[in-house]
Amino acid sequence: MYFTLKDEKSLIKCVMFKGYASNLTFIPKDGMKVMILGTVSVYERDGIYQIYAKAMQEDGIGDLHAQYEKLKAKLESEGLFDNAHKKKLPFMPKCIGVLTSNTGAVIRDIINVSTRRNPNVYIKLLPVPVQGQGAAEKIAKAIETMNDKKLADVIIVARGGGSLEDLWPFNEEIVARAIYNSKLPIISAVGHETDFTIADFASDLRAPTPSAAAELAVPQIDEIQEKITSYEYRFKNALVKKVEFMKLRYQKCMASKNFKDPMQKLNEHYILIDKTVKRLEFIISNKVKDEKTKMIKVISKLDALSPLKTLTRGYAITEHEGKIVKKAEDLKTGDKIKIIFKDGSKNAQIT
Amino acid sequence: MEKINFEESMQKLEKIAVELEKGDLSLEESLTKFEEGMKLSKECNEIIENAEKKITILLQKEGELVEENFTPET
Repeated sequence: MYFTLKDEKSLIKCVMFKGYASNLTFIPKDGMKVMILGTVSVYERDGIYQIYAKAMQEDGIGDLHAQYEKLKAKLESEGLFDNAHKKKLPFMPKCIGVLTSNTGAVIRDIINVSTRRNPNVYIKLLPVPVQGQGAAEKIAKAIETMNDKKLADVIIVARGGGSLEDLWPFNEEIVARAIYNSKLPIISAVGHETDFTIADFASDLRAPTPSAAAELAVPQIDEIQEKITSYEYRFKNALVKKVEFMKLRYQKCMASKNFKDPMQKLNEHYILIDKTVKRLEFIISNKVKDEKTKMIKVISKLDALSPLKTLTRGYAITEHEGKIVKKAEDLKTGDKIKIIFKDGSKNAQIT
Repeated sequence: MEKINFEESMQKLEKIAVELEKGDLSLEESLTKFEEGMKLSKECNEIIENAEKKITILLQKEGELVEENFTPET
């Protein structure tokens, strides 16, 4: 391959032999900026210096780096990367939107990881070109489309590894702004773990690889199911414990004397009443006895003073017309009197 | 997108479990909480179980976005 390298002021002829040229990763075209590794030697026939090139690389990487840093600084100062603006990922997204190429390993990896974590996952692929002219615009448009129609709950923007030029669409302002403006949370997974694109900074979460993005977006469903089951188990356990506790309290209540033998208390009261009644009776009968003794004493005293007692000693009482006769002058001849003796009475007439 | 918010429901399940385990609710309250928790866990499980595997691709066809089943090339 023969070509000429030139800049504004000078030129030099170059040659690259087939053995080296077959290693090129691109087809050189007129006007392209390139970097060359080789040796300078004289081509004797023409008497000119020329470069014998061994390797050639597209230049512009230096430019791209400068652009990258400039844009990054600009967007950062505008607040496009602010953590405060970053949205939380849904815990249980119903639909995962994926923006990437519909061919290649990336979408396959995302589907594999996602279905492994959740066998019933819903993935919606909106295919976009991930490199080359116009890719950035299409990626930005796709983000807008997903948002306009709310086509997913979370979006993964992904691309496999590649050179800085390959990844370039993800370093363009239009993509960064589309990501920033998205109402749906966006996970970016562009290139390899070591590649940081502007899109990564603007996204809500950066995943080191597309597979990692799927892991971040899709919950491990069996873990969640296990957790739900464990909650149910905890509910049941807590309720059983509660019931057992109540049962214990009930048993304690029922074991108390009042519930166990309600008649006992009653009987105790009956006994008390009986005792009291007996005591009362005892007290009363004592009192009666005392009174009786007292009475007998009084009666015997009375008895001693009784006129009847006098009669027993041989005296007699004379009655006239129902009245005791105390003086002889109270009686005249012919009066009928009654003489009362100890053992009875006799009638008589005064003579 | 869904009747109940899954994340909130999971947090609520945790809250109910803690409340029940504390044991200072009355039996009636415990029963109510238990029923509420079981209902919620059932709803969460249903969301998971009713989900259907779908892998689709959105294609532009005559200016319309059409959703079709998608199988990645192997």
